[in-house]
Amino acid sequence: MAEELKLFRTWSSPFALRVVHALKIKGLEYETIFEDLSSKSDSLLRYNPIHRKIPVLVHNGKPICESLVILEYIDETWKQCPLLPRDPYEKAKARFWAKFGDDKLTSSIWNVLTTQGKEQEEHIAATVQNLKLIEELLKEKKFFGGETIGYLDIAFGRMANIISILEEIMDLKLADEEEFPLLSAWMQNFSDDPVIKECWPPQDKMIVKFQAVRESYLKTVVSQ
Amino acid sequence: MASEDVKLLGGWPSPYVMRPRIALNIKSVNYEFLEEKFGSKSDLLLKSNPVYKKIPVLIHGEKPICESLIIVEYVDEVWNSGHTILPSDPYDRAVARFWATYIDDKWFPGIRAISRADGEEAKKKAVEEVIAGLVLLEDAFIKCSKGKSFFGGDKIGYLDIALGCFLGWLRVTEKLGNFALLDESKTPNLFKWAEKFSSDDAVKDIMPQTDKLMEFAKVLMAKSKAS
Repeated sequence: MAEELKLFRTWSSPFALRVVHALKIKGLEYETIFEDLSSKSDSLLRYNPIHRKIPVLVHNGKPICESLVILEYIDETWKQCPLLPRDPYEKAKARFWAKFGDDKLTSSIWNVLTTQGKEQEEHIAATVQNLKLIEELLKEKKFFGGETIGYLDIAFGRMANIISILEEIMDLKLADEEEFPLLSAWMQNFSDDPVIKECWPPQDKMIVKFQAVRESYLKTVVSQ
Repeated sequence: MASEDVKLLGGWPSPYVMRPRIALNIKSVNYEFLEEKFGSKSDLLLKSNPVYKKIPVLIHGEKPICESLIIVEYVDEVWNSGHTILPSDPYDRAVARFWATYIDDKWFPGIRAISRADGEEAKKKAVEEVIAGLVLLEDAFIKCSKGKSFFGGDKIGYLDIALGCFLGWLRVTEKLGNFALLDESKTPNLFKWAEKFSSDDAVKDIMPQTDKLMEFAKVLMAKSKAS
């Protein structure tokens, strides 16, 4: 049966980007449907009635939601270029750190973006602590997955993009090259990878977007 | 590898700790249960889970594995003969993982919100949200079980474990608040499932008794009021 793959996404969502990376690495053809989150399509609401969010991958009419769940589905369905380690312990570690990325790291980075002054300093300190843990994972490795990009690289992938954007918007250093040599090298290696580079959201558009997000949060605080 | 020493760091009241215990029971794995004393963290826990410092932690040989659902998947992959906990079809696995994430990220925090709700109106709203979540899970049950007794089919599976571990706390919340959350008329399949799950061989000896859990809940509430 001919495979039919559709991906509901937005141009900037880091979670959707994970799915794009996985599909590209596996060499899979798919149709992209860009969603306007202020006016969600009937299809999206039908495929993800619980959360009404992107990304949603639809495979032969069957929807799969939640980016990390989608990654595992892709890896289990198409066996070429495996994303997750084979060894159960290594797999458990990859899953643990991906969850850490979503639960702790993403929120600390978001807090840096949306605060200022003393509050922001605390969030920067928290982010640096979190990044130190990630730096440890890269000892003797080019990628979190080893020699090639894997599940955890894709899960963390957004970091390679967002950190440089935030550093530019706010003129501060989150991942200093001296303090984080391995993470800095990884960010470069990841973003230079031809498959990843091909689907990188435009940097200038991202800067404008995150600048606007920061301004709207700071305005809210001022008006309270 | 499977024959190495197995230890589980945990506590009897924790629903998250129940998850790997059920998985280990399903696989008939002998393990040493190291009960953490409530209110303090052992050196072993701090060493095995330095990131979160939380239970459960499975220690297999020398290797620590953290996060309850990650441990369940690990157990399923290492002791891979006999009954499988995750469904074998990738799509069914994705559905099970989706609902487990929903239960952890949205549904169970809703139960916590009931006890934290300030005033009658807020409590009523919190209760309605939990019940609405159960109605969604009822629908998921019908689709996943395909007419059988459990989300996993004839036997307990991943999603049964993900949801079933919270039954003790659900019952305590019902008793303390004097209302029904799991309602036979609204969610008849889940109502039946709850009974079957609780009396399953892999579950019955580790499901905390509601009265004991209620006493523990009262101690917890008193402590949090005092601080």
